[in-house]
Amino acid sequence: DTDDVGHKYYLELELEDVLDTVSQTVNCTAEVLYPLGSKTSAPDVQVTVQGELRSTEEADKEFYNWIRSLEKELVAENIPDSHGNVPPELEPIHLLAWVASGYVIWQNSTENTKFHLAQVKHVKQVKRSDEDLQFDFVLLLHEMVSQEVLPWEVTLLWHPQRGARVSQS
Amino acid sequence: ANMKLILIFSALIGASLCLETFVGHQVLRIKAKNEEEVRQLQFLESLEHLELDFWINPSASALPVDVRIPAVSVQSVKAFLESQGIEYSILIEDLQDVLDKEKQDMAESAQRQRSSSSFDFGAYHTLDDINAELDHLASEYSFVEKIQIGESYEKRPLYVLKFSTGGSKRPAIWLDAGIHSREWVTQASALWIANKIASDYGTDESITSLLDKMDLFLLPVANPDGFVYTHTSNRMWRKTRSKIPGSICVGVDPNRNWDAGFGGPGASSRPCSDSYHGPSANSEVEVKSVVDFIKNHGNFKAFLTLHSYSQLLMYPYGYKCTRPDDYAELESLGRAAASSIRSLYGTTFQVGTICKTIYQASGGSIDWSYDNGIKYSFAFELRDTGRYGFLLPANQIVPAAKETWLGLKKIMEHVRD
Repeated sequence: DTDDVGHKYYLELELEDVLDTVSQTVNCTAEVLYPLGSKTSAPDVQVTVQGELRSTEEADKEFYNWIRSLEKELVAENIPDSHGNVPPELEPIHLLAWVASGYVIWQNSTENTKFHLAQVKHVKQVKRSDEDLQFDFVLLLHEMVSQEVLPWEVTLLWHPQRGARVSQS
Repeated sequence: ANMKLILIFSALIGASLCLETFVGHQVLRIKAKNEEEVRQLQFLESLEHLELDFWINPSASALPVDVRIPAVSVQSVKAFLESQGIEYSILIEDLQDVLDKEKQDMAESAQRQRSSSSFDFGAYHTLDDINAELDHLASEYSFVEKIQIGESYEKRPLYVLKFSTGGSKRPAIWLDAGIHSREWVTQASALWIANKIASDYGTDESITSLLDKMDLFLLPVANPDGFVYTHTSNRMWRKTRSKIPGSICVGVDPNRNWDAGFGGPGASSRPCSDSYHGPSANSEVEVKSVVDFIKNHGNFKAFLTLHSYSQLLMYPYGYKCTRPDDYAELESLGRAAASSIRSLYGTTFQVGTICKTIYQASGGSIDWSYDNGIKYSFAFELRDTGRYGFLLPANQIVPAAKETWLGLKKIMEHVRD
C-alpha cells in the first residue's frame, strides 16, 4: 500500500501455454498499481517475464498469408458458438480476440472487478493499404462481481513481426 | 445377434420390397407321406411357369416341404395337391401382411433403440429433449418418479426427479441445476448424474446404501424460461423472464431472490441488472415453488446447487461475511469433497464460504436453506475458470459431471452416516 498514490500489488505468476501444455511453464512477476480516487484511470502494470516464450513464427506467417489471400474480408460471429465449439481455422481469430479483450479488461479493471472474455460476438476484417491486418471485434465481456455480460467494440491491428496493437476501443 | 438378424432381414426385405409385393402370396407346408408323393412334389417344382419358391425343397427326408406360392397360382396348386391326396396346411395366409407387420415392428424397435439408451449425455440439449429424457428415466426405473413442483413465469412445468426406494418421507437430499440459465454445463451434468444414480442403484454400494436410507430430489432445470431463452435468443441470459412492473427490462436473478439477507449487499436494486434481486423475496415463482416444496416436505437434510463457472465449492454465508455455526464441519467436508473431485482429472476446486471465496451476495439459495435448518448446504461452481466460461465445449460435459458427482457423493455419504 502506497497510501497517497494507490494500492500496489506484487504478483508472482506462472505462465502456461494452453496450445502447448507439454512444455515448461514460464515464471513472471508483475506490479499492479490501482490508482486511488480516479475511477476512470487504468491500473499501471509492469511485467517481467523470466524466460523465453516459444516462437510462433511459422504459425503467424501461415495465418497472415491466409488472411491476406482471402478474396472477401473475413467475417465471423459467435466464437465459440453456444456449444463451445470453435472451427479450427478460426482459432487464431479467437486468440487475437483474447489479446484485444486483455486490453479492454486492463483499461476497465478496478480492485472490485473480475473480467473474462465470454464470447466473440462478431468479428470483421477490414482491409488496409499498409501491411497490418485489422479486425473490428464486438466482444462480450463477463464481469464476475456484477455478473453483467456486456458488449465492447475494439479494433485490433496485428502483424507477424510488429505484434498486436489496439487502435481504438 | 438380434440386431444382426434384423439388419439382414431388413436388407433382404428392402431389396425385395423394391422389386415386388407379396400380396395374396401364400406359404403352404406340405407333408409328403411316401416316395410317390415326394416325386409329385418334385414334378410341381419343375413347373417353372408357376414361379413357386420352395423354402424347404421336396426330398426323401422327413422334413415338411414349405413353399411360397404367388397369388395367381394358389388355387391351382391347392387343387393339384388335393387331387393327389397330398396333405398340406397354410403356414402364411398372406405374406404381404407378415412383411408389413415386420417392417412396422422394426421401425418401432429402431425408435426404441434411439430413445432408450442413446440419450447423448455428452451434448447440450433443448428443454424438450431434457424433459423427454426425464420421462424416459422415470419409466425405466421403478424408484424414479417425475413430479411437478410448480410452474415457471411463462407457465413451463418445473419437473423434479424423485429417487425413492420406499419409506415415508425419508430424510432427503435436494439437488438443483440451471438456476442461472446460461450455465449450460449444470443442466447437462444434472442429467448425467440422474442417469448415473438410476443405473448404478443396486450395483454401486454407496448409491445403494444411500437410496436405501434417504430420498433424493433432483431439479435439473430450475429456470426453464431462462433456459429456453438461451436457446432462442440470448445465450448469455442469466435471470428469469418475469416482467418487472415499471421497467422495460426483464427478469430477476433467481439466486438473489431467496429470503436470506434479501436486498442486502451483493444484489442490485436495478431491474436491468443481471443481479437484480427482484421486487421482494420469493417474488419469482421458480424460487417460491422450491421454497414451498422443501418447507412442506419438512425433512430435507442437504441442499446442493450447481452453478458455473469458476471451480468453487462453497457453503454459507453469502449475505454476511461471518462464519456459519457449523463452519468447521462444512469446511472439512468441503475440502474432502474437493479432494474427491481432484482425484479424477486433477481439477481443482477452491473451498470456502461464499463471501470469502467469490463475493458478498445476498438472497442466495444455500443461505436460505442453511438458515432454515438444512445444515449441509453447498453451492458448486463447475468448470472452467474462464477460458470458455459459460461456453464450455460439450466434450467437457461428461468429465465435469463425473468429477462433480464424486464431490456430491462425498457430501451425500457424510449426510447419510
